[in-house]
Amino acid sequence: MDGTARTLVILAHPALEQARIHPPLAAAAEATPGVAVRDLYETYPDFAVDAPAEQADLAGYDHLVLQFPFYWYAAPALLKEWLDVVLTHGFAYGDKGERLRCKTLGCAVSTGGGALARQTEGLTAKDVGLLLRPLELTARLCGMRWAEPFIVRDADLTDQAALKRAAAAYSDWLGGLGR
Amino acid sequence: MSASLLAQILVYLAAAALAAPLAKRAGLGSILGYLIAGVLIGPFVLGLAGDVEDVGHAAEFGVVILLFIIGLEMQPALLWRMKGAIFGVGLAQVAITGVLLTLAGLALGLEPRTAGVAGFILALSSTALVLQLLEERGLRRGTVGASAFGTLLFQDLAVIPLLAVLPLLGDGHGAEAGGHAASLLAHQPGWIQALGGLGAVAAVVAAGLFLTPPVFRIIARAELREAFTAFALLIVVGAALLMQAVGLSAALGAFLAGVVLSESEFRRELETDIEPFRGLLMGVFFIAVGAGVNLPLVASQPAVIFGLTAGLMALKFAGAFAAAKLFRLPTRDAATSAVALAQGGEFVFVLLTAAIAAALIDGALAGTLTAVVALSMAATPLLLSAWQRLSRPRVETQAPEDNAFEHEAPDAIVAGYGRFGQVVTRLLMAHGLKVSTLDVSVEQIALLKRFGRRTYYGDAARPDLLRAAGAAQARILVIAIDDKEKALQIVETAREMFPNLEVLARAFDRRHAYELLAKGAHVIERETFEGGLAMGAEALKALGWRAYRAERAARLFRRYDERMFEELRELWDDDERFVVAARESSPRMEDLLRADLQLQTHAHVLGADDDSDRRPL
Repeated sequence: MDGTARTLVILAHPALEQARIHPPLAAAAEATPGVAVRDLYETYPDFAVDAPAEQADLAGYDHLVLQFPFYWYAAPALLKEWLDVVLTHGFAYGDKGERLRCKTLGCAVSTGGGALARQTEGLTAKDVGLLLRPLELTARLCGMRWAEPFIVRDADLTDQAALKRAAAAYSDWLGGLGR
Repeated sequence: MSASLLAQILVYLAAAALAAPLAKRAGLGSILGYLIAGVLIGPFVLGLAGDVEDVGHAAEFGVVILLFIIGLEMQPALLWRMKGAIFGVGLAQVAITGVLLTLAGLALGLEPRTAGVAGFILALSSTALVLQLLEERGLRRGTVGASAFGTLLFQDLAVIPLLAVLPLLGDGHGAEAGGHAASLLAHQPGWIQALGGLGAVAAVVAAGLFLTPPVFRIIARAELREAFTAFALLIVVGAALLMQAVGLSAALGAFLAGVVLSESEFRRELETDIEPFRGLLMGVFFIAVGAGVNLPLVASQPAVIFGLTAGLMALKFAGAFAAAKLFRLPTRDAATSAVALAQGGEFVFVLLTAAIAAALIDGALAGTLTAVVALSMAATPLLLSAWQRLSRPRVETQAPEDNAFEHEAPDAIVAGYGRFGQVVTRLLMAHGLKVSTLDVSVEQIALLKRFGRRTYYGDAARPDLLRAAGAAQARILVIAIDDKEKALQIVETAREMFPNLEVLARAFDRRHAYELLAKGAHVIERETFEGGLAMGAEALKALGWRAYRAERAARLFRRYDERMFEELRELWDDDERFVVAARESSPRMEDLLRADLQLQTHAHVLGADDDSDRRPL
């Protein structure tokens, strides 16, 4: 992890080894100056998220990014677990709970892919906004600044060149979080 | 032991120790080195070799051991798959080459009977030389190896009828043919000889299947390495002698014994124990062949001898090539195999003796042929090198040869197939990974066999056995044995000899875990930690905790303990400081665990506006 990193990407993908979009996105994030990536499923295969360690770690960053694919219109289970045990009372909200105040919360999500995408004809940007609403409310409760989400649609990424463009766009988006 | 015997051993060992490395350095290969060393110490140069014929006989035992080892690698099913190579290519090679050489003999003015006998005797190639050569060049396990080996095996079989037929072809008074096959049944009618042969084969198979396993187990239990080696050699000698007694070839008997034992769980240990004898004796064998070359004869008529050698090799090449092509081998493989087979074999010497006894060939011709065969043996390694260099450009574009002999390379080796190793192995195999397992407990192997699981007997601390288990190709080595010292030893050996392996080791306790890491283990697992932890979680549940909370408590405990394990790593060899630090860390751990509870994890966020109610809803 880069000691001078200002941005922490929490990557939650239970099957990264089979994924097409998220590995190049994660690699682009790694390569972006000032960005550190934490692979949640690799760090906590037993779902035992280390709350004190995570909380201590968060203090060092200005921007927090949650990167994940939609699983049943929501974040994968381990990311929810992470939110449940790390954003606790007294740390993230409530009495004296202002440790995340003024930090940025951003989401980088992918939509569509497979049968679901064909049946629903994909999700519009507005749909994604609705699905991210719980996270937006979480950010508000914690006094965090909500960033415009970074969205990639599986159907748009038909070839390597498109993937490369998406990765570059992600890197730019990460770099622009502070501004 | 007499001084002269010791002196002779000294000469041969010195020749073997010096010649092979020097020749290899010069790019000639070890066989040529042995042959040259043999010529040098032979009667016509330095005259140090002593009784070459005796040494040759002793060294033929090397060929016998070689066949035994090849047998060990050849499960019956594999052998069955090779029947085409043996009875197809092999038969064709002997027939075609024999006829070609007979015609050549006739053209050179030999009388028909002599030409036929000499032709078929010279059709045989040198099992010892060819197999050693193919091994040295890494050709033994591909298409070339399979076809050449099949041919050689058929030739070994063909020696038997040839030896039987020679006296019949003679003038009748040559019944006592050849000292080699000192058959007890030589004077019996043919059908008794045949019955005897079948009986001997059955005896070797039965002994291999029913007699050897209990003996191996007794020896393994006694943990006497040298007794194991002695018994292994005993099997080889026993099988060889038995076959010889009924007029079959000793090498064939050893091969049969090897095939029978190839299914045994002791196979790897056998192979490793006996291998050094083979190497050494084969070396001595080639030295003896070199020493047997009649230099004055070659010098007196060089044109004739060299001409005959060239002719012999050309015809043998043509015969073997035609046979291989007949069975649709790729041209390049057929040619490589034919080059390798283009020399006279060690059985030529035996058969010539028999032919002289039957008055089919006179001494002068036999002397010439012996020199020619020895020269052709010396020329083969050189020709094969030249041919390989010539055909190389295409070799590199070829797909890797399919392995007719080789077992699939394992992904993982598990050393120690007890309660611990079995869990590891089953998990890996359940996911389609190839695992090679080793264990030293005979009881354990026997028990597992009843459950249909295979493991090999062997001590994983020996690098040669690790190699036999596939350490050079595998990706990981799991050390799952319960012997602390031996585990450390294996880690050290594996890291030194097989840097490709990632080493995962079972640790007895914390201290042992540190020692394993210090020796270079990549991953350690304390053997009782997970079990104790699981029991702790069960205990919490029994005390009324809900399952998820108990489970989570156990996971956190594991995390903190692992962290502490890392922190104390620097101190493990300083007993005093280690104990102090460990005692200090214990209450720290309790604090951390309690702190996790106080964090109100999983407190529901909906009531967040109301700070007073922070209990989960």
